[in-house]
Formats: sequence, structure tokens, C-alpha cells
Amino acid sequence: MNVSQVVFIILGLVTLAGAAGVVLNRKLFHSALYLILSFVGVAGLYILLEAEFLAMLQLLVYVGAISILIIFAVMLSRNMMSADYKARNTDWGLGVFVAGGLLAVLVLILLRVQWPVAESTVSSGTIAALGQALTSPAHFALPFEVASILLLVALVGAVIIAREK
Amino acid sequence: MKFVLDFWVQLGNWLEGVLSGWGVPVWGVNLIIDIVLAVILLVVGILAVIIFTPMERKVIARMQDRPGPNRVWPYGTLIAFADAIKMLTKEDIVPRKSDKGLHMLAALLVAMPAVLIFAVLPFGRGVIGQNLNVGILFILAIGSIHVLAVLIAGWGANNKFSLLSAFRVVNQLLAYEIPMVLCILAVVLFTDTMSMQGIVERQTIPFFVVMPVAGFIFLICAMAEANRSPVDLLEADSEMVAGYMVEYSGMKFAMFFIAEYVNMFAVAIIISTLFLGGYKFFGLEDVAPVLSPVIVFAKACLVIFVMLWFRGTFPRMRFDQLVSFSWKFFVPLSLVNLLLAALVVKLPIANPKAAPWVEGAVMLIANIALLAVTFFILNRAARRIEGPSALKRIVAVER
Repeated sequence: MNVSQVVFIILGLVTLAGAAGVVLNRKLFHSALYLILSFVGVAGLYILLEAEFLAMLQLLVYVGAISILIIFAVMLSRNMMSADYKARNTDWGLGVFVAGGLLAVLVLILLRVQWPVAESTVSSGTIAALGQALTSPAHFALPFEVASILLLVALVGAVIIAREK
Repeated sequence: MKFVLDFWVQLGNWLEGVLSGWGVPVWGVNLIIDIVLAVILLVVGILAVIIFTPMERKVIARMQDRPGPNRVWPYGTLIAFADAIKMLTKEDIVPRKSDKGLHMLAALLVAMPAVLIFAVLPFGRGVIGQNLNVGILFILAIGSIHVLAVLIAGWGANNKFSLLSAFRVVNQLLAYEIPMVLCILAVVLFTDTMSMQGIVERQTIPFFVVMPVAGFIFLICAMAEANRSPVDLLEADSEMVAGYMVEYSGMKFAMFFIAEYVNMFAVAIIISTLFLGGYKFFGLEDVAPVLSPVIVFAKACLVIFVMLWFRGTFPRMRFDQLVSFSWKFFVPLSLVNLLLAALVVKLPIANPKAAPWVEGAVMLIANIALLAVTFFILNRAARRIEGPSALKRIVAVER
């Protein structure tokens, strides 16, 4: 077992521990913080894969924006100021069913698919290549633009909902 | 001569040579050098606190026409040590109904990003902890941990003022991060790289001259991120005591204090790297590379002085004004600036690398035009809201 495998196991454990913390914790605010730990672990995995740009974006978008917004929403919800607020879920039976089904599908896929392994290491100029691919019509220009229009629609929708009549 | 030319790089190589001479294996040498680097960067952070606390107090005092700290020898310049002793001897108070774990975690987290950022800042040619090719993105990503720490601090204390401050964090810092990133993008477009050292190397004319609009917006946004007055609404002491750090005392408060000054220093170095040419100073860095950290430090001091000047001059903004200032003024302005930068970069100039002056001049003219248009629009909007300007009203009355 070489160094990168040890690091992978540690990062994987951190990610999984964070994810477990999210679902096992009874305090919503603590769950949100564990979610951030999980995101950081995933960013570490990206660095291990030599995808530094992706890792930085993972930190910037998931830790910097999405988690903060989740925490903000948690803080705005009712009774969150009192420390003894406990999260409860009455639909846990349905949750177990859906999650169990998803787990079964994932395990089946993991067992059946022959995963290809890249032979050479990734070249260092990934950012430029990524930028080219996102903007060239031959590659991902269309999905990229569609995604931005989707975000725009979401923005406009949020403004319409929040606007005072 | 080679030794003098890249002194700091040679220093590293020399240390490497000495260690291998002692029979240390390669990984050991790398580990020791990394640890030495980390310790140096930490010390730089602590030094920044020791230097800039008295500087801030003295400069602000002079601006307010009072002597400032003048008891600790000489001229109160060692006040930071007195502060440190005071903090160390204070009682550590944890509120009974607070979330104790989070209360502790926030104090640990808050200083971490500020020091981590030092790892990618170029203190001179080759004097950089790690020349990441996504350096500037790293800074932005790590900066979000600071937001998180403030949020946790505000939440964990179980105090009304802290929680209000935590709400403000999200509102203010997200609002100011967007124009900041847009300004950085304009710089990245010009330099074609995201590595901090690369940005300095390809910066023939300081970008503050080339695009003053972006430079100014970045300065204000960076001040908001570093929580400096007049945009320090997170701890606005006249409104909510000290915001998120109201329940902290002793060394835990000191962590927040240290984080603020280390952040200020880091922000000053980022500004001098992105907009003031970093370690370049009219070719001095080629003649005497030994001096390049001194150049960076001098530029950082200049930026910090401007920040203090702002603090001494402007009153604190109202919170809703602060947020709309960013969303309605900075965001459109930096968007247009980014658009202009993209157009200028794509100009059909024969060889932009050979003649950076042409590109720079075009961008400067575009920026001045942008400013003129902005002030024209603002002026008209102001007139629509408030009627003719005060001066014109006075003139009209006298007639």
C-alpha cells in the first residue's frame, strides 16, 4: 500500500464520517457542519486525482456558497435559537425504503461494471483545456449555456416569488 | 553573481544541500524544508499582528488628532506585547447556554484560513510557499472557511448580537464576494494565468493604473471581506457591541484579533500582487532580488495605510446601503469592466506581449469612459430622487 492509497482511505473515512454525522446528528446546525466536513473530504479526493481546479471549485461552491446558504436557512427556521431543538422525522420508513433501493442499485453497478483505469497521468494544463471545452460549440458550449439559462430562470422565479405585490 | 540574482531561491537550495550533506534521505529533506517554510509563514503572520496593531492605533490616533498609545517604549510601538500579556492573563469565559464545542471550534477555525492563504502569496521572485497554478482560486476557496468560522462563532455563542452578526455575514460577504471575483477575473484575462507568481510576472504595468475601476472595487470588497471599517458591519460596535465575538474573552478573543490583522495583511499582499505589480518595482527586483520581499512589504504597508485612512475618514455605512452599494453599484460596474477587459484582450494588436502599453492604454481609456458614464447615470438618478443638486439650489435662491 503506497502513500496515496493511505491518503485516499483517510479522506474517504473523513467524507463518510461527515456524511454519517449529517444523518445521525439530531441538531440541524451540527448536521450542516458535518455536511461541510464531507464536502471538504471530497475536495481532498479531487486533489488526490490531480484535479486541483475541480477541488478549488468544490471548496468555493459547496463550502463557500451552498453550505453557507444551508446554514442560513437552518438559522432562519423556527425555534432554532433554543439549544434543545431536536430534528425529528416521522417518515423514516419511507426513507429507509428509498435509501435502501438506491444502495442496492449502487452496489449492483459497482459490482457489475468494469471500471477503466487511466494509464498516463493527467497533463497540468487542465484549466485551459477545460475552458476551451466549455466554450467551443463542438464540445459543451450548448449544455453550458443551457445551464446558465436554467440558473437565470431560477433567479427570475425567485424574484417573482419574493416580490411584494 | 548567480547567488545574488536569485538569492531566496539559492537560500532554499543551500539548505537542501546542507541537509543532504548530513545524509538525510530525499523525503526527509523535503519534509524538513516544508516544515521550515510553514513555520516561517506562521511567524510572518504573527509578525504582521505585532507590526500592524501599533501602526493602526498610531495612524488612527494621528488622524483623530490625539497621541494614541504612548506608554510602552518607544512611542508605544511595543503595545502589541502588552496586549498579548493582557489577553493571556484574562479569564476564559464560556457562556453557560452556549454550544460549547462550536464556541471552541470557531476560535480554532478563524485564524486558519488567514495563515493558509500565505502559502500561495508571492513575497518575492521564487519566494512563494507553493506556486499553485490555481493560486487565486485557492485564496477564494480558503477565504470561505473564514465566513464559516464567523457563522459558527455567531451561532455558537447563543447571543442575540452574535446571531444578528452571523446573519449579516452571509448577506455582506456574499454580496461583496461577487464583484471581487469579477475584478479578479479581469486581471486573470489580462495575465492568462491564475498562479499568483504568474500574475506578477506578466504584469508589465500595474493593473491599478490599467484598470483603476477594478482596483478600487477590489480594494473596497477586500476591506469588506477583511471586516475593516467603514464596511465592518459584522462587528459594528455602535449597533451590536462586537457582533460575533461579543462572547469571547481571553485567548479565544485573541484568536479573532490575530485573524483580523493577519487577514488585513494577507489582503494587502493580494492587492499589491494583483493590482500593484507585486515584487516588481521599476526593475529593482532584477538588480537586487534580495530586496523583493521588502518591496512587497512596502506595498502592503501602503495598502494598509490607505485602509486605515478610509477608516479614519468615512463614517460606517448603514447595512441596507452597504448591501445595495454592492449589488446595485459594484456588481454592474465590475461586470462591464470584465466585458471591456475581454474586448481589449481580443483587440487585433500585432503582438500584445511586445507592446503591453497599447493594451494598457486602451483599457485605461475604456475605464475612464466607464467611470464617466457611471457618474453621469448616478448624477441623473440622484437628481431624479433629490431634485437639482444642492449647489444649483443655492444658486437659484440667490438669483
